[in-house]
Amino acid sequence: MSYFSDIYKGIKTLLTGMSVTGKYFVTSKKGAITQQYPDNRETLKMFDRFRGEVIMPHNENNEHRCTGCQKCEIACPNGTIEIIWDRGIDENTGKKKKKIDKFVYHLSMCTMCGLCIDVCPTDAIKWGQNFENSVYDRTALTRVLNEPGSKLQAGVED
Amino acid sequence: METVTLNSNFKSEEYFINMGPQHPATHGVLRLLLTIDGEIIKKVEPDLGYIHRSIEKMCERDSYQQIVHLTDRMDYLSANINNEAVCLTVENALQLEIPERVKVIRTIIGELTRISSHCLWWGVMGMDVGALTTYFYGFRDRELLNDIFEETCGARLTMNYNVPGGLMFDIHPNFVKRVKEFIAHFKTKLPEYDRLLTDNVIFQKRTKGVGILSKEDAISYGASGPVGRASGYSCDVRKHHPYSALDKVTFKEALRTEGDTYARYLVRIQEMWESLSIVEQLIDNIPEGEYRVPTKAVIKLPKGEYFQKVETARGELGVYIISTGLKSPYRLKFRSPGFSNLSLLNHIAVGGKIGDLVATMATLDLVIPDIDR
Amino acid sequence: MNIALSITKTIHDWLYSIMPETAAMYAEMVLIALVYLGIFAVAGLFLVLLERRVAAWFQLRIGPNRVGFQGLLQTMADAIKLLSKELTGTDKADKFLYNLAPYFVIISSLMALSVFPFTQEFQAFDINIGIFFLIAVSSIGVIGILLGGWSSNNKFAMIGAMRSGVQTISYELSIGLSLLTMVLITGSLQLSEIVEVQKSGWLIVQGHIPAIIAFMIYMIAGTAETNRAPFDMVEAESELGAGFHTEYSGMKFAYFFLAEFINMFIIAAIATTVFFGAWLSPFGITESIPVLGVFWFLLKALILVFLMMWFRWTFPRLRVDQLLTLEWKYLLPLNLANIVIMALLVWHNLTISF
Repeated sequence: MSYFSDIYKGIKTLLTGMSVTGKYFVTSKKGAITQQYPDNRETLKMFDRFRGEVIMPHNENNEHRCTGCQKCEIACPNGTIEIIWDRGIDENTGKKKKKIDKFVYHLSMCTMCGLCIDVCPTDAIKWGQNFENSVYDRTALTRVLNEPGSKLQAGVED
Repeated sequence: METVTLNSNFKSEEYFINMGPQHPATHGVLRLLLTIDGEIIKKVEPDLGYIHRSIEKMCERDSYQQIVHLTDRMDYLSANINNEAVCLTVENALQLEIPERVKVIRTIIGELTRISSHCLWWGVMGMDVGALTTYFYGFRDRELLNDIFEETCGARLTMNYNVPGGLMFDIHPNFVKRVKEFIAHFKTKLPEYDRLLTDNVIFQKRTKGVGILSKEDAISYGASGPVGRASGYSCDVRKHHPYSALDKVTFKEALRTEGDTYARYLVRIQEMWESLSIVEQLIDNIPEGEYRVPTKAVIKLPKGEYFQKVETARGELGVYIISTGLKSPYRLKFRSPGFSNLSLLNHIAVGGKIGDLVATMATLDLVIPDIDR
Repeated sequence: MNIALSITKTIHDWLYSIMPETAAMYAEMVLIALVYLGIFAVAGLFLVLLERRVAAWFQLRIGPNRVGFQGLLQTMADAIKLLSKELTGTDKADKFLYNLAPYFVIISSLMALSVFPFTQEFQAFDINIGIFFLIAVSSIGVIGILLGGWSSNNKFAMIGAMRSGVQTISYELSIGLSLLTMVLITGSLQLSEIVEVQKSGWLIVQGHIPAIIAFMIYMIAGTAETNRAPFDMVEAESELGAGFHTEYSGMKFAYFFLAEFINMFIIAAIATTVFFGAWLSPFGITESIPVLGVFWFLLKALILVFLMMWFRWTFPRLRVDQLLTLEWKYLLPLNLANIVIMALLVWHNLTISF
């Protein structure tokens, strides 16, 4: 008689499975877990810690906090960060001092490991939450993070 | 035309089929060279190397902090546990005293990673045997975990949250609340997994008695993780060599003796329950304290050899470091679970149908970058 | 020629009034063919869209909703895309058979469509061996699948084709026998007469228990016949990639794809006709408006189509030997026993009729 009880049990488990999917079908109007991505750009907000790209915040006087110590460049496993630096004359003390000329960031090589930001002693670089990084030309992914004409914020080195 | 003998044991009824490197069931770029007689599999030859990135060689160049982020890219589904393995090895070598808070957070995140990995596996398992809907139900629950990881670690898949000496930053204030929400949610969804797939008569017919691996074979092939435990081989590193905060929690090792595909399936389902209970035990009492012990900017391990193993979602991951006292290891070897688990595929898949091979491979839960490294 | 062409009598009479008889007959045939081709295209595209939306709702997704209102033009856009695609093929394919295969599949499903009584008047071809014709024609399609898999010179495609052969030959039996069970009540193979009998109760009510068993067997076998999950051995994508149509692209692929959906509709339509009273409304509520018969027919067919979709998006796939076990060890013996029971019921007048 196990022949018929097998059939009965089989059909029962199949119906149980159908009840699970059926339940989701009935409540599908409010149950969708997918997002309508390009439409929800306004409301889509990434978490504060989200690692999208490395950015260098500037204050209102166009000043950054990077001293050009190159710790990030050493910490980076992939050669993503290149700092082109120069020695300039400090206006206040008159001494020769290291200052950054260009902070080059190759987004195309970055693995978002966060070691550069972890190691930065002056919090000069931070994570940006922008994730829409698709471009037609890969040279657009090589970015200079310090803005033209920007200089070091006073008091960072103390 | 001259006939070329491909294989001396090749019979005239048999033929080769190239499964992969682009095949939906190999979950990545694994190539299987199948010798088939009609539908019956006579031989399976895995062919590796399509995603080899020489991670072990790169480790010989990198500093110990940098090595951690490379392990994300091995078994990307248990990235946090891989990171933890390297960090533990380095910390043991340096004999650093790690704060309790770090240990507990590492364990919680590790177990959540395990659940997330098994969620994905469950979805893909269903898909491999033909039930496409399971994929989305598995991903629905995995998304919640990914959100938790994203909020605390900053990334959804390759987190790089552990550093030698602790954690990169403290947990997010919302972490505890969100994890509790997830536990409550997932406890209602896990029985649904059973009703949809586990109990299904077709699924049971497809998996019971398929791909049987005996305990002796499991040990001699070096199977670990759910694959070994489904054959009755008690090999849970968390139980036998507890690391981090795992000695403070009570949990059952998921063991079964059948050794078939269905047993491997059930072991993973049970592991999700156990991981949930571990997280539940720890989440309410995360001790206060530092989240990181300061280390030198350039870590140099003392001369010697160091080994540490952890239990990833796939099995036993061993990290073996030979240091000559420099800033990079002289040699670093990962003992990845996927490689050993793949090696027994030929043993258990021969004699089955093509459908059996796919179901068996799904329960081995192979992650190809873990095998190739 | 005395084929009972009875598509809306007014058009029929009008055509015969303005033309000589032979010309009118040919004009009518062409007209009917065009109408059915239209139905075929629209139904196919609509069913593809329906499948995608229904699948999305089962899977917590939204589904295609960008092209046109709620994605109504999505499949149209897909069809245009497939039309404009290059027709690729393998070098060592058997070119003649390779090109022939899609037409086999699509023509067989188109032929089956012609006998359904959508409503009392709207039936292109009321042949007196209707059910036999349906069973015979709907199994021709497998030749196309076999040819396609064989001729494209691809091992995956060939495994798929061979599986399809095995599967269709086996499940033909169940389809035929379960329909024969119902023919025992009607005593006729002609579809219009089968509908006539159901005016005193749908056959699934008239035949009660054996009819319900026959219906269940028919739905299982029908799902297998159309090569859909859980019986999609032919294109089991996690095993064979794309199965028999691996090497097809563009419109040739679209023919296979459309034929699958039309076949699904045909299976549902046969079940509607034989078990659920075709265009008859429940309890005769709209008997006074015969045009609504089309609505009832489509409604019943679509509910059955939805049931098949529900199967597809819930169940895992069977293995090829289990597929045969299910047919030969479960469905066929049950079916044979069921026929005997039904014969006894009919003999002793135990059927329920109002």
